[in-house]
Amino acid sequence: MAEVEFDTEGVKKRFAYINRKAPYGSIYALEILEMIMISAAFEQHAIIAFVDDGVYQLKKGQNAKVLGMKNFSPTYGILQMEKEDADEDEDIDMEWRIVVEEESMTARGLTADDLVIDVEVLPSVELADLLDAQEVVLSA
Amino acid sequence: MKFGLLVNEGPFTHQASDSAYQFAKAAIEKGHSVPRVFFYFDGVNNSNALSEPQSDDRNLVKLWGALATDHDIDLVVCVAAALRRGIKDEILAAGFRISGLGQLIELGMAMDRTLTFGD
Repeated sequence: MAEVEFDTEGVKKRFAYINRKAPYGSIYALEILEMIMISAAFEQHAIIAFVDDGVYQLKKGQNAKVLGMKNFSPTYGILQMEKEDADEDEDIDMEWRIVVEEESMTARGLTADDLVIDVEVLPSVELADLLDAQEVVLSA
Repeated sequence: MKFGLLVNEGPFTHQASDSAYQFAKAAIEKGHSVPRVFFYFDGVNNSNALSEPQSDDRNLVKLWGALATDHDIDLVVCVAAALRRGIKDEILAAGFRISGLGQLIELGMAMDRTLTFGD
């Protein structure tokens, strides 16, 4: 075992989280959400993007009970609160953007009104440019 | 250059862990360093000491452990993901340790490049 400690004092980076999977049927969506929640504690900038079936994670009216699973979609509301706190509180040096890829959304017959939180809807070319500008890209 | 790796899949149904291992090996051979690898999602299964592949197959659990010993790599398994999958200290392979997701975020903050190996 080679446990290392990193000196991250004062480090500020641009993270991106790409949510690509449907919310139930696998645990990707729930576990990447846990990842994003932890990252808020480190006050890092973040693009939180929903693409492909990942847009279903934000759909209103989820009923996971019939699957014997927990409906974790209310947690996205906490993400939005974190973002709003960061936007409004001058003492928090953290910029978050919550983005849905337009093509993925429309291909699934959804609009921004169908989603549990407010999002920026961006076409894939713009999302690609945005992701290109981030330093740490994590996806699932 | 300092590389940090995130491994999202187990050793058998996806290529992710093999690719990450080969990448780490190649990077180190080229003079770079890989101070930490973080295992998340089914990637935590790479740390199961009870895993016994057939003898003519590679054993990624042991390969990761050996690479870590030879090159001082910190192999970190996410505690929450591990508990869900029955990975605990009792069955944790040599070279790995269990810790929290903060170790992944710190990896992203401290390394020159962070690479995700997943599905």
